[in-house]
Amino acid sequence: MKLECKHVWEYISEYIDGRVDPQVKEDIERHLEHCEICSAILDSTRNILILTADDRTFELPVGYSERLHERLKKEIEGAEPDLKKK
Amino acid sequence: MQAAATKETDLISRIVAGERELFHDLIRPYEKMVYLTVLSIVKNQADAEDGAQEAVINAYRHLNSFRAEAKFSTWLTMIAINEGRKRLRKAKGAAEDSIEELEAEKEGDYTPAPLTDWREIPLETLERKELREALRKAVAELPDIYRQVFTLRDLEELNIEETARALRVNPGIVKVRLHRARIMLQKKLVPFLKTVAPARKGFFRRAP
Repeated sequence: MKLECKHVWEYISEYIDGRVDPQVKEDIERHLEHCEICSAILDSTRNILILTADDRTFELPVGYSERLHERLKKEIEGAEPDLKKK
Repeated sequence: MQAAATKETDLISRIVAGERELFHDLIRPYEKMVYLTVLSIVKNQADAEDGAQEAVINAYRHLNSFRAEAKFSTWLTMIAINEGRKRLRKAKGAAEDSIEELEAEKEGDYTPAPLTDWREIPLETLERKELREALRKAVAELPDIYRQVFTLRDLEELNIEETARALRVNPGIVKVRLHRARIMLQKKLVPFLKTVAPARKGFFRRAP
């Protein structure tokens, strides 16, 4: 089936996740071969996901881990709930 | 992967059996995930850190109720989501929240922004700090329901089913919200990329 751009856009997210049917995948790929606009949209969306997964993009506050483990240490040493009960 | 899961199951049994200090090791790989999950709901760093600590303590206290057939990461994510939602309710009241969610679901244009010059963007541009900053800002500005799905799926890399379970919505809703979130981000970042990108060949692509 010949797809129009707007149909390709509807599938972008599932296509990136590899969740489209083989037939739809083939139709999308055929469309991408000749459509610069959809190819660029697809690439830009993918790149955003790459950037999102990059550890440097979403960082933890400085000292977060130390504070968390300090609190946890107090909890473990202090309250000592009986984990085996219930 | 399998070995890691076995090691985790083993750690959990030992903690429940009394070696409590091992909880530090159990939680370490998930510290960031817990923080980002709470942040996706409360949207402020100080609250997110307090909430993350609270979620981790809750997980520790209730570890005996964790069932091995579930995935520890999903279970922990649910605790973090509950903690975030509890804080949000305290801050602004539940009614307002649900209206906002309904509104967010209806409105909006979910078509991507066309661009033809992305292929020209060199790796160095994607490495720029400004782009990361723009992405953080764009994610923070997403409507809540989209930011939460996007955070769990694309930042924490839970799959669709795990994301659905953690948020207590059906997988179909996750797919729709994820798609819209990604398109909204694409749209927000395109103008930014156009202004910072010098024209040059060479491209950074992820294989499908």
